[in-house]
Amino acid sequence: MSKNIQQRLGDLAKVLRSKNAGPFLMTFDIIFDQPEIYEKIKAANLINPATIAHLYSMEDSTDIRIVAFDQALAIKVTLPRPLPSGHVGDSDIYGAQQHVPLYNLIPP
Amino acid sequence: MSNLNEVRVLSPCGGLGYGFPPDSLEQGLRRNPHVIGVDAGSTDPGPYYLGAGKTILGWGAQKRDLEHLLAARHSLGIPMLIGTAGGSGAQPHLTRTIEIVKQIGREKGFAFKLAAITADIDKQRLKYDLKAGRVRPFEMKKELTAATIDNSTHIVAQMGMEPYLEALAHGADVIVAGRSYDPAVIAAVPVQHGFDCGLAIHMGKILECGAAAAEPGGIADCMLGTLRKDHFVLEPLNPQRRCTTASVAAHSLYEKDNPVHLLLPGGALDLSAARFEAMDDRRVKVSGSAFLAADTYTIKLEGAERVGFRSIFIAGVRDPLLISQIDTIIEFVQKAVAQAMPYTPGQDYQLLFRLYGKNGVMGAWEPEQGGCGHELGIVGEAVGATRRIAAAVCSFARGAMLHYHYPGRKATAGNLAFPYSPSDIDMGEVYNFSIYHLLEVEDPLEPFAITYEQV
Repeated sequence: MSKNIQQRLGDLAKVLRSKNAGPFLMTFDIIFDQPEIYEKIKAANLINPATIAHLYSMEDSTDIRIVAFDQALAIKVTLPRPLPSGHVGDSDIYGAQQHVPLYNLIPP
Repeated sequence: MSNLNEVRVLSPCGGLGYGFPPDSLEQGLRRNPHVIGVDAGSTDPGPYYLGAGKTILGWGAQKRDLEHLLAARHSLGIPMLIGTAGGSGAQPHLTRTIEIVKQIGREKGFAFKLAAITADIDKQRLKYDLKAGRVRPFEMKKELTAATIDNSTHIVAQMGMEPYLEALAHGADVIVAGRSYDPAVIAAVPVQHGFDCGLAIHMGKILECGAAAAEPGGIADCMLGTLRKDHFVLEPLNPQRRCTTASVAAHSLYEKDNPVHLLLPGGALDLSAARFEAMDDRRVKVSGSAFLAADTYTIKLEGAERVGFRSIFIAGVRDPLLISQIDTIIEFVQKAVAQAMPYTPGQDYQLLFRLYGKNGVMGAWEPEQGGCGHELGIVGEAVGATRRIAAAVCSFARGAMLHYHYPGRKATAGNLAFPYSPSDIDMGEVYNFSIYHLLEVEDPLEPFAITYEQV
């Protein structure tokens, strides 16, 4: 049964979180605990600017930064926030609940 | 230079006021630390605290922590460093923290030399720097203007470890500093003793969060960092936590935009060659972290300006006929307010509706565009140029929404379930981050005034 269920990125990661990085940026950490899975996700280039721009409805992907950190088996994505922290209309000061689109991403 | 083989730094918690288990602190003191370093602030809670000069963690909680820490410092005769006092590190935050520290000193009979380091930047001075081309945008893309400087209530600069080194050289026992680079309170004493700057800063980056880099992670607990010639060792002081290579490496990512190249006052921390090794099942050894000095020393400026006042109401909706028409109802309320009130929308006020249950958390980023659940949580929010306008707009919008007769309406008694009386809440001042820029300085000490006092 279980092998037929498509695993999402969030199912494969040990930690998948979003957080403000200063008042103007939002950062996403995808951390794995198994090197094989980390390497596979990295090699598949699953996390790329075009995908992130699509997931987060951004027209322009030039401000998206993606860094792999092998020592932590982690991939980090950083974007400008839609609104700076605490500006009128901001919905998530600490940015802690913006990770779900990434969580639902299905690796090949 | 000193002849120490190692410097042990005790971090009691990831933020003054979070608290820590007394047993963890006791364990830490038994290890004979050379210094206690604690960070007290962050921009994470948003612009209000800097703008209004308020604190988020509560002065009572900070006093409780300080009582324990000043007693600990006193028992060992070691320095204690407090960074970004009061949460934002502007003058009101610094003043209040110093009052508390002195009050504890008097009450408990502790004698110490207190150094206070301000981080506030004078507006005239900053305008002069702006004219001279020494200010540039950082992650905020907007150029700084003289008007923004004038409109900002508090402007602080984030100091590096240099002002701490200066105060330590003057024999300070307790340092209370304004806005600071978080790791400075951990890194300063090791650097004072001649240890490697890159390792000291990296250790500071991890320790300033208390035991957050342990597993399980916790900011309300103590961690010990031991810095030696070419590495440092991390050890949580609560036996129920352990540091693993994974937990420590992962923490290097936390709330930073780049895990291998971290900008800081006067340079950057390069972690591309950092190595994390397990020493045993609960201690981790870190090596290879390097400090890269910048050609020009820049410090980060932070400022907040008041943009108005806010009033809100909170209500729930259960009626499915209403939920299905919520967008048109909001449109009606917006129009009704604009027509009835003597104010100009967008200029005198902004009226917003947060719908929890319908994109309330992610807004424009929300990819799910399906229907709503069986109930909706509504926060009506009026931000006005004055407190009076905010309250009036909020009140009128609440009434209009409560009684609007939408097509097909059957529940004619009212549209909203209010959990509270009064239904309208005055949220006070609203601030924006107005300044998030870099200032070039020739001397990293110059913007920060240090005063000494024997307590």
